[in-house]
Amino acid sequence: MSVLEVVLRSVAVLAAFLVFPLLVGQAEHKLMAHMQGRLGPMYAGGFHGWAQLVADGVKFAQKEDITPRAADRWIFRIAPFVALVPYLVAMGALPLQAGVVGIDVPASAVLVLAATSVGALGTLMAGWASANKYALLGALRSAAQLVSYELPLVLAVASACLAAGTLSLSGVVEAWSPWWLLWQAPGALVFLVAALAELQRPPFDMPIADAELVMGPWTEYTGLRFAFFLLAEYAGIVVFSLLFAVLYLGGWRGPFDDSLGWLWTLLKGFLVAVLVIWFRVAWPRMREDQLQRLAWLRLLPLALIQLALTGIGVVMTS
Amino acid sequence: MTSLDLAFAACGALAVVAGLLAVSTRQVVHAALWLVVALLGVAGCLLVLGHELVALVLVLVYVGAIVVLVLFALMLTRAPIGPDLVHAVPAWRRVLAGLAGAATTALLLAALLPLADGAVQRREISNKAVATELFGTWVWPFEALSVLLLAALIAALAVSRGAGAGVDTSSDRLLARLGHVDPAEGRSDVSQTGKKSKDGSGEEAR
Repeated sequence: MSVLEVVLRSVAVLAAFLVFPLLVGQAEHKLMAHMQGRLGPMYAGGFHGWAQLVADGVKFAQKEDITPRAADRWIFRIAPFVALVPYLVAMGALPLQAGVVGIDVPASAVLVLAATSVGALGTLMAGWASANKYALLGALRSAAQLVSYELPLVLAVASACLAAGTLSLSGVVEAWSPWWLLWQAPGALVFLVAALAELQRPPFDMPIADAELVMGPWTEYTGLRFAFFLLAEYAGIVVFSLLFAVLYLGGWRGPFDDSLGWLWTLLKGFLVAVLVIWFRVAWPRMREDQLQRLAWLRLLPLALIQLALTGIGVVMTS
Repeated sequence: MTSLDLAFAACGALAVVAGLLAVSTRQVVHAALWLVVALLGVAGCLLVLGHELVALVLVLVYVGAIVVLVLFALMLTRAPIGPDLVHAVPAWRRVLAGLAGAATTALLLAALLPLADGAVQRREISNKAVATELFGTWVWPFEALSVLLLAALIAALAVSRGAGAGVDTSSDRLLARLGHVDPAEGRSDVSQTGKKSKDGSGEEAR
C-alpha cells in the first residue's frame, strides 16, 4: 500500500466519520420533531428547519471552553478525544462493499468491538475528572452499565462470526444468506438492545438522566468539548447501525450489489439508526435495577442460547 | 534497523514508561489510566509481531472490561482528585518495592535476552491457527482455567453476601448508591423527591 493510498483512505474514513453522524443527528432532529409534535427544530432556515444543525454547530463553537478549577485538568481535557477517536478507528474497519473499506483486516469484527469498548473510558474519565458529584454518579452508572452489556454484545457478535466461520466483517457478509434473518434473530435482538445500552441512548440513558444528574458525566463540559461528546454519541450510532447491517442484514447483499452494494449497506444501516432514534422517542428511561436485570437475566441467557443454536446449525450443515 | 524494529521499540518504550508511571504515580485513577496506556503499548508490540487476534482481545478484555471495572471500583470507594496522601508509604518500603521490581526484571531479562536474535520478525499467525491451538492442544488447561475463575467468582459472591444474607444484600446497597430506588422499600410510592430522601435516610439508618 503506497503512502498516497494510505492518505486517501484515511481522508475518506475521516470524511465518512464527519458526515454520517451529522446525517443521523439531522434525522434525529426531524424525526423527533414529527413524532413528538415538537415545533422548535422546524423553524431555523425556513424549509423544515434545515439550518438547525448548522445553528447548533455555530453555537457550540462560540461558547467558552471552561475547565472547572477543582477538576483534574489534563484528564478533563483529553476525555472527549478518548471518547471520540475509538469510533474513528472502528469506522475505518467497517466495510461498505466488497473492497470498499478503510482497511481490511482479518479480525475486523474484534477490532470494531475492541475500539468501541475503549470509547467507554472517555465517559469514565470525564465523569471522574469533573470533580462534580453528579458527573461522578453518572460515570459510576455508565461503568456499571457498560460492563454488564459488553458481555451479551460480544456473545451476539461471536454467534454471527461463528455462523460465518470467520472474524472478518467482509467474510460475514459473503457467508450471509436470507436464512440468517430467522436463524440469527435472537442474536440480532440481543445485539440491538446491548448496542443501545452501550451507546447510553434512551431507554438506557440512566448515566446521563437529565432529570436527576443534570447531564451525567458531561455536566461540566461546554462548547466544543461538549460537542465532541455529542459527536461521539452519533458516531457510535453510525458504527453500531452499520455493524448491525453488516452482521445480521447481509450488508451489501441486494439487487445490483456489484455496483450499488455500498448504497445497500448505508440504507440498511440508516434504517437501523432510525430505529435507534425511534426507541428514544417511544420508551421511557429504565431504572438502574431494571437495566441490570435485563442484561443478566434476559440478554445473557438469550445470547448463550443463540450461541448454542448457531453451534448446532454450523455442525449440522457442515 | 527496519521500520518493524522502530515500531516495536516505540510500542515497547510506551509500555515500559506507562507501566513505570502507573506504579509510581500518587493518584490512583491516574495509575489505572497509565495502565491503559501500558496495555495499549503491549497490544502494539503484539500487532507489530503479527499476533493480531491476541492484541485485539487484550484491548477488548483488559481495557474494555477489566480497567473499566477497576475504575468503577475506585470511584465507588475512594478516588480523590489530586495526590492520595492517606495511603502514602514510608521510603524504605518504596526502596524495597523498587528492588523487588528490579530483581524480577533482571531475572526475566536474563531468561529472555539469550533467546532474542536482534531482528524483529513478523510472523503472520492466522486466527484459525490460534483457534486450533487454543481449542485443540491447549483445551484442557483452558477449561481448567475457566473453572478456576468460576470458582473464584462464586467464592467472591459468597464472601460478599456474608452469613446473614437478608434483604440488605450488597447488590441492593450498590444499586442504592447508584441512585436507584431501593427494592426493599415499596415501589408504589409515586412522589420522586419524597422517595429519594426516604431512600437516603433508610440507607443511613442501616
